Amino acid sequence: MLKQTEGSHAIAECVALCRPEVICAYPITPQTHIVEGLGEMVKAGDLKHCEFINVESEFAALSVAIGASAAGARTYTATASQGLLFMAEAVYNAAGLGLPIVMTIGNRAIGAPINIWNDHTDSMSMRDAGWIQLYAETNQEAADLHIQAFRLAEELSMPVMVCVDGFILTHAYERLDIPTQEQVDAYLPPFEPRQVLDTNEPVSIGAMVGPEAFMEVRYLAHHKQMRALELIPRLSAEFRQVFGRDSGGLMRTYRAEDAETIVVALGSVNGTIKDVIDELRDEGCAIGAAAIISFRPFPSEALHELLSHAKRLVVIEKSLAVGIGGIVSHNLRMVLSGISLHAYTVVAGLGGRAITKASLRSLFERALRDELEPLTFLDLNQAAVNRELEREKAQRRSGPSAENILRDLAGGAL
Amino acid sequence: MTMQQIKFYQTGTFTVGNRLLDADQRSVQANMERTNSLNSGHRACQGCGEALGARYAIDAAMRASNNQVIACNATGCLEVFSTPYPETSWQIPWIHSLFGNAAAVATGVAAAMKVKGRKDVRIIAQGGDGGTTDIGFGCLSGMFERNDDVLYICYDNQAYMNTGVQRSSATPPAARTATTMAIGAEPGNAFGQGKNLPLIAMAHGIPYVATASVAYLRDLEAKVSRAMTVRGARYIHILVPCPLGWGAAPHDTIKLARLAVETGLFPLFEAEHGEVTSSTKIRRRVPVEDYLKPQKRFAHLFGKTPAVSTLAHIQETADRNIRKYGLLEKHD
Ligand SMILES: Cc1ncc(C[n+]2csc(CCOP(=O)(O)OP(=O)(O)O)c2C)c(N)n1
Ligand code: SF4
Ligand SMILES: [Mg+2]
Repeated sequence: MLKQTEGSHAIAECVALCRPEVICAYPITPQTHIVEGLGEMVKAGDLKHCEFINVESEFAALSVAIGASAAGARTYTATASQGLLFMAEAVYNAAGLGLPIVMTIGNRAIGAPINIWNDHTDSMSMRDAGWIQLYAETNQEAADLHIQAFRLAEELSMPVMVCVDGFILTHAYERLDIPTQEQVDAYLPPFEPRQVLDTNEPVSIGAMVGPEAFMEVRYLAHHKQMRALELIPRLSAEFRQVFGRDSGGLMRTYRAEDAETIVVALGSVNGTIKDVIDELRDEGCAIGAAAIISFRPFPSEALHELLSHAKRLVVIEKSLAVGIGGIVSHNLRMVLSGISLHAYTVVAGLGGRAITKASLRSLFERALRDELEPLTFLDLNQAAVNRELEREKAQRRSGPSAENILRDLAGGAL
Repeated sequence: MTMQQIKFYQTGTFTVGNRLLDADQRSVQANMERTNSLNSGHRACQGCGEALGARYAIDAAMRASNNQVIACNATGCLEVFSTPYPETSWQIPWIHSLFGNAAAVATGVAAAMKVKGRKDVRIIAQGGDGGTTDIGFGCLSGMFERNDDVLYICYDNQAYMNTGVQRSSATPPAARTATTMAIGAEPGNAFGQGKNLPLIAMAHGIPYVATASVAYLRDLEAKVSRAMTVRGARYIHILVPCPLGWGAAPHDTIKLARLAVETGLFPLFEAEHGEVTSSTKIRRRVPVEDYLKPQKRFAHLFGKTPAVSTLAHIQETADRNIRKYGLLEKHD
């Protein structure tokens, strides 16, 4: 059904349509509206056969989810930023135990300095924890991906993170198509766990494993993700059959067929990128884009294929690997073997800085002329940085950088 | 006529031999039909009080629930010695997730059972003192506060044993551990620190809290059975001597557990909704030295010059417990 609604609420409605049995909630901006929405549905009796548990921390939220999932309940939770880090130990544990938990990440920066706005530092920090990671480009896709996520998680017995840009998506109101219960039921069968805590068939779950088998266990986790590379496109195609629209898959290209320059990015920024590409295409530039939807597993083959005919690669990423540069671009290096092209890493939008069409356009123009540095920080206020560096040079106890820069900006010094 | 010589043993100072009792009065452990939930073959040290405590408690819980128990275990000795892959000593459905989250995992299992309408299945979370009083405390307090339908059992051996005997917030004053060395002006663990988790549990107002000891099998079983009749959050704190960590002889585990009670250092009591409802009387009061002396972790108190004032300080704690919990029988 088409309706004007908030991204978070659409996600909550789609999660509810998946008939979750246990939901654990702990507040952190910008994911709060999702669990609030679900809590309301449970309390009002609209979402039946579901336990909604207000826990005392994110570590507990995911731990409760671990227990519930191991006991055979379809389980959901959501978090962001500091919350994801607070549950880090349980994030790895849920994956190691092979529990098909679905968790939304309302992507947000990580402090210090504390910042509630969008970037991808949080989910990127958990990219190697063994979860499948899907990044939504639009709110429609964010809602749809949750339905696919439960199916994917349960078929593979592996947890799935659905990453949704905080505020940009979570808090945006737009016209969205919320599926019917019949459609979701046709797509998502009831949860039948592979291994479950059952008094009739007692098993020990989570035993200690020594050097004689640990490598194999880890390899199997990797192998399972490689299987997901086949499953994700298949589930997306099946989704199209039932719901009548494209959502999900490993990645999505845009005007990339004959493109000499390919822009790669994750999440909502792809919308702006596409607008700029349209403009440049109109002016005759051979430029296209690829949105990575599945960051884990990483669609190496598809990207290799795409980039093998390109002359330039521009990676726009909302996270920074301090001390080296990009995370996404670093992952892309693995697929560039045997391909010779100019690769540019662009760190953009950290802590919610707007990534504007104008900025992207001038960036792509420079890339097309091969005038970009290998690593660029988009719209960095270089004057503010220089002033702070000067201060640090002059005085050993120059004070906290974040506060100094804010004072400069407020004082109109820059 | 051939004669077979039979020896009768008195098991413990005040216990009545099981065989002299009616069948329905015998302990769970005395019953051949007991479930052996934590079966033989595990790798605990000789005389491990934790292994004993877990077997007593879980078998009793199994009997009280018609064998419908799921256990969630924190990391620690109990988890490690019972399950190195591919072996397991657990005869019940059992899950280990992390060191600090056993109570939360149990909340999750309980929620799953509730939503599936399995009221008959009972959930137990268990861990050592470190996993309970320190790293798992947040999750435990949350579970208590929500009054989730979970029985949490703490096996208190008064230190982080699995990692090599380091201090926890349940380590008693003056005790030597690998991180409270028996050196300096005040050797061993400091006075005036530590947590009393049974009292903290009571402060949550949960329906049932009890302390128990592996030296008092019937009392322990009765408390577990009682806990299983109650719904909501319940907490049982069991003192389980650790021969390795305490520097004691494996055959002294029960003796030390009993002395801890008889000195007054480890009072046995029950509480409901935050109020103490009963305490186990001390029948033969003993000075704290009798309990401390056989343990190498307190050896520095008994050198050539005994640490008289430290011992007096510990004795004061015991005396305070005796007063506070009314542990001595009144003779009027
Ligand atoms: C987050 C985390 N920190 C530290 C450890 C290391 N560790 C494992 S078991 C253990 C000691 C357990 O002590 P306790 O809970 O008292 O149980 P015991 O072994 O004494 O029975 C420690 C510190 C861990 N596994 N996880
Ligand atoms: S170290 Fe202590 S608690 Fe651990 S197995 Fe040995 S006796 Fe038991
Ligand atoms: Mg311990």
